[in-house]
Formats: sequence, structure tokens, C-alpha cells
Amino acid sequence: MSAPRFTVGQRVRIADRTPPVHHRVPAYAKGRVGIVERVCGLHGRPEQYIRGDGQPLTRLYRVRMAQPDLWAAYSGAARDSLDVEVFEHWLEAQE
Amino acid sequence: MTDGHSHDHERTYQPDHPEPAAESALLGLALRELLIEAGHYTAEEERAVIAKMQGASPENGAVLVARAWTDPAFKERLLANGAEAIKELGFDLSPTEFTVMENTDAVHNVIVCTLCSCYPRALLGMSPAWYKSKNYRARLVREPRAVLAEFGVTLDDDVEVRVHDSTAELRYMVLPQRPPGTDDWNQARLAELVTRDSLIGTQRDLAVGVP
Repeated sequence: MSAPRFTVGQRVRIADRTPPVHHRVPAYAKGRVGIVERVCGLHGRPEQYIRGDGQPLTRLYRVRMAQPDLWAAYSGAARDSLDVEVFEHWLEAQE
Repeated sequence: MTDGHSHDHERTYQPDHPEPAAESALLGLALRELLIEAGHYTAEEERAVIAKMQGASPENGAVLVARAWTDPAFKERLLANGAEAIKELGFDLSPTEFTVMENTDAVHNVIVCTLCSCYPRALLGMSPAWYKSKNYRARLVREPRAVLAEFGVTLDDDVEVRVHDSTAELRYMVLPQRPPGTDDWNQARLAELVTRDSLIGTQRDLAVGVP
């Protein structure tokens, strides 16, 4: 497995797609932009859990998003944030 | 096997729980029986995993918190790589990535799993029923301050509420703030202050001096 494609602090967009299999990306995060909070380890790709062998190993990240960007009528404070874990094949660099 | 049975009763799954009524529960039971009979794992291995989870409790988390409060170098290791740091105290969650999020005056952390109910059970024991409820899971991401208020936690707008959605392979614990007035307390006494809810983030201030 190659080195991580994204680095801490980088702006990324989470893909907006819904494959008909287990994929572990919540609907509210799809299509949203955030910042890589940390680079995590390599784990089996959820879409292929059914293989049963834990492959292919895929890089996992934590992505931090601003709550007011996620919810149109967010009632909390402007500084509030939300972190999700997202696999590398769901991320693309965002200018 | 001499009695004409086609399977080995030693290897049959025996439920520890009440008879399941829901069809989904029956399907789960049937699947476990098939996996055990096909030799993918043994009933004894399943019992051992359940026993480990039932033996775990928030007290384990309290021990980690008290150590972190009194040992800055340990706290640094715990926050940098929780899975490795907890091995120093005899805990092991590998291969799960165990991630500890520190509360500060400026940040309040709270944990949820919107997709299911992920929780570090092998360390903290079974999660509370509300943690698994659709109400908590759906609302904590969308209106965390309203949910926290229902737990008695109200925060000024200058405190950032940081929600952690446990969507994949990490499991989380909050490191609550050490209460004032406990400077000369030892780790055992400090650990008694730490509650399950403070490790999830639905409690912020730990009470000192409760009889």
C-alpha cells in the first residue's frame, strides 16, 4: 500500500455516491468539504468486507467539518465541528 | 457420534440470553449456529469474547483518565496513540485504533455512532441503551447542544462542541477535565470521580465531594 495521498490540514471533499453495499459513509457527510484532521491506519475496505479476508487494505482518515456547513439551520455555535472517519477512495482534494 | 445425530452438540451455540422473539434475532442465532457448526469459530471462543466484554467496565476508562491526569508523559502518549498507550496498563483493543479526545476549557468532545452503535466495549463494557437509540444517534450530529442540554450539559458559545462520529475503524473515549481542588489526590481517589457518561461526553463537569 502506498503512502497516504492526503496530509493533515488538507481540504478534501467526500464523494457523493451511494453504492448498494455496506460503505460506512453517513448521508449527511456525502458531498461535503472538510479538513483532514489526522491520517489513520490501513483497514479493510468496507465495500469489500464480504470477501472475508480484510482486503484491500485502504488508508483511513479523520475529516473535520464545520457544523454550520453541514446543516442549513444549525442552532449551535459557529465554531462547532464534527469529525468523521472516511476511507481514502471516498476523498478528493479540494482547492 | 453414535446416536445418529449429524452434528456435534459440544459445538452447538447455546444462547446466554432470553429466547429471541424477533425474526431478525432468530436469524442471528441461526447464523451463529451455522458458523460454529461449520468450524469458523468455536462456541467457547464466543463465550470468551462475551465474558471479556461483560467483564469490562467504565472503571477501566477511569483508571486511564486518572493516570493521564497525574502523568503528563502518559497523557501525551494516550492522546497520540491510545491503542499503544493503554497496553502499558494491561489493556488491549488491537487491532482497533483507540482514540482519546481531550476536553479543554475551549473544547468539549462527545462521541456517537450514527451508522450503528460502535463503542469500545472490550474496554468500557456495554454501552448505555440511550447510546444505541435512534434519537441520540440522529440528533447528536445535528443538534448536539440540545442533546447535551438534556443530559444537563449547557455550554457557552465560546466553547467548541466537537462531535466525533465513529463511522469506521476507530473507537473513542473522552478525556474529561480534572476537577479543581483535587491537586493532592492520588490516582485511585481520582479514578472514583470519573463516570461512564464523562467518557462519552454527555457529562462535562465531574463532581467532587459527593457523599
